[in-house]
Amino acid sequence: MRRRGTLWFWVFVGPFAAGLALFTYVPLLWSVGLSFFDAHNTVTPTHFIGLDNYTAMLRDDAFVGSLRTFLVFTAFIVPATYVFSLSLALMVNRLTYARAFFRSVFFLPAACSYVVAALVWKMSLFNGVRFGLANTVLGWFGGAPVAWLSTTDPPWYWLVIVTVRLWLQAGFYMILFLAGLQRIDPVLYEAAAVDGARPGWTVLRHITLPQLRATSVAVVLLLVINAFQAFDEFYNLLSDARGYPPYARPPLVYLYYTALGQGQNLGSGSAGAVILALVIAVVTVGQARWLKLGRTDADG
Amino acid sequence: MTMSRRALLAAAAGTGAGLLAGCGSNTGRGDGGSGVTLAQWYHQYGEPGTEQAVERYAAAYKKAGVKVQWRPGNYDQQTAAALLTDSGPDVFEVNGPTIDQIQGGQVVDLSDLLKDVKDDFNPAVLAPKTYDGRIWGIPQVIDMQLLYYRKSLLKDAGVEPPATLDALVDAARKLTDSKVKGLFLGNDGGAGVLGGTPLYAAGLQLVTEDGKVGFDDPAAARTLGKLHQLYADQSLLLGAPADWSDPSALLQELTAMQWSGLWALPQVRKELGDDFGVLPFPGDGGQGKPAVPVGAYGAAVSARSRHKDAAKEFVKWLWVERTDYQEDFALSYGFHIPARISLARKATRLQNGPAADAVRFTTDHGYAQPLLWTPAAQTAYQDALSRIIRSGANPENELRAVVRKVAGELNRVKNAKKTS
Repeated sequence: MRRRGTLWFWVFVGPFAAGLALFTYVPLLWSVGLSFFDAHNTVTPTHFIGLDNYTAMLRDDAFVGSLRTFLVFTAFIVPATYVFSLSLALMVNRLTYARAFFRSVFFLPAACSYVVAALVWKMSLFNGVRFGLANTVLGWFGGAPVAWLSTTDPPWYWLVIVTVRLWLQAGFYMILFLAGLQRIDPVLYEAAAVDGARPGWTVLRHITLPQLRATSVAVVLLLVINAFQAFDEFYNLLSDARGYPPYARPPLVYLYYTALGQGQNLGSGSAGAVILALVIAVVTVGQARWLKLGRTDADG
Repeated sequence: MTMSRRALLAAAAGTGAGLLAGCGSNTGRGDGGSGVTLAQWYHQYGEPGTEQAVERYAAAYKKAGVKVQWRPGNYDQQTAAALLTDSGPDVFEVNGPTIDQIQGGQVVDLSDLLKDVKDDFNPAVLAPKTYDGRIWGIPQVIDMQLLYYRKSLLKDAGVEPPATLDALVDAARKLTDSKVKGLFLGNDGGAGVLGGTPLYAAGLQLVTEDGKVGFDDPAAARTLGKLHQLYADQSLLLGAPADWSDPSALLQELTAMQWSGLWALPQVRKELGDDFGVLPFPGDGGQGKPAVPVGAYGAAVSARSRHKDAAKEFVKWLWVERTDYQEDFALSYGFHIPARISLARKATRLQNGPAADAVRFTTDHGYAQPLLWTPAAQTAYQDALSRIIRSGANPENELRAVVRKVAGELNRVKNAKKTS
């Protein structure tokens, strides 16, 4: 019986395990290997250079700048999405009718491609000429057209980048918060009302938010990981056939140009990917410890 | 004209873009007489009829079968990745080849194909395909960039077509009002498309003949600083729906002057009639001179091809011997200058008006991006240019860092040569 069970285990798991090994782990290890070689235009290099690629990447202002860009983006997008999606969830949760309709409406953008959304933002909402939607609205109030994506002082491009992602992902996190809200025992609110707590901020602060702690931890963790993976909207909003501006260039975009663009410097690109993976690991573990992920109240 | 033209001149300034890479394929015909079938790749041209034309050329070749693949998306990245594998093309057009592709042994030496006709190929575009005295790509057609201006708008503002960079800055300011901007250099303010052009306009180079940094000179900072002046004056159109490669901004009167390409000329002429003129990028300073970037896709043979000799023979047939096809390819669909001097001289469409001016600019002021200008050097320079133009960064400080980076790249390439 045990042998038959093992056989079926491998029948079902084997193909996926093989695929995972072939398409994920082998390239991953190969990439780590490449990072120690001079690998211009080749994936089978012969010239071992030790840690040179790593030191070059860490001294590369463009790569270090891209890490800074990521931090700025995270600082904008994580709190913005958290607050916006929680607000949506609280509003939808209070609805007594058409709740399913509004839940669907707010969730729908999650089904839109990042590429499509970025192009809509770039070409119709936030283009820099007078007939772009944002500039038309500005014009009603007597404002001059703003080149949203081309102006670095003030850096209006952040408004475009953050709003497009906010629109795309807030609905998904709203669903997570809704699920969390619906698990809160109504008795708690009733008890609070009996004790004289006014509905609104006091109840939100002392009952809703503490009860949503587990959901909040998961949401923040997912938001940070998603922010690390930022590529599509940055690339489609800011790149052109000639490349990419040095501001608002996240690490994945920079590594794309280094390793897969005309640069084809697969050694440096791999070293950058390893550095980025380490940064993500450190931040995620640090964040998980800070938020006491996985601990129960009994653990203190 | 579309992305394809933009990609062509990336030889002058850098990397390509776009995530929507895909592939299309069309068959020229089945196996030829030798039983060999060659895979030939083209990037997607915007001009209607080009795809059918190259399939016709392929079908006319009798010594081997040729299967044409017409590849939309970011072609340069597709070919660069395909050259790492055995499943790539045998023959392909390339925005280069790059120095790393040549030194990495990814493309085949094609010198012997041109031994009798080398002098008939435009030297400006043949030079960047030549390394160590050997030729690694056969130029197909020449494209170039130039400055378009609306004659009527300049006349209304009392502005003469600018002959110097100072005059361009001044003209752009005078032509700017609440509805029309003076100049459009791309939505990034010109950092991407201009590339080395302002340096050549200052009488400098990206890389010198002997392989040194060509812009370690105070004139470079002075000239690039004037580009920031355009931005600071708010004379530049930014955030246009279509970027510099498309003449829409000029045609829609969003700007009075626009930097674009030769490919836009038929559309501009159709829309504006005689109400436009063309100029090279104006010179700056005592040593300065006008400059126009030129570039050419080249036909190359992959070193991983299993049919290298057959592929070379096909390239020779199409891009060296069949001058009728070369003329057809350059002039019947889009608007290009034939890479062969003899064909360019015969082209009647290029002998009048702004088209003739453009050809003259190419001859008198054309420069091609040097082969030794690597993508890493390009990124460093372009980032600095972006900071100078848009953020008002100090040009001297920015250029100092770029010179260091480019010198390092040139050194790397030189050492790679020794070990190859």
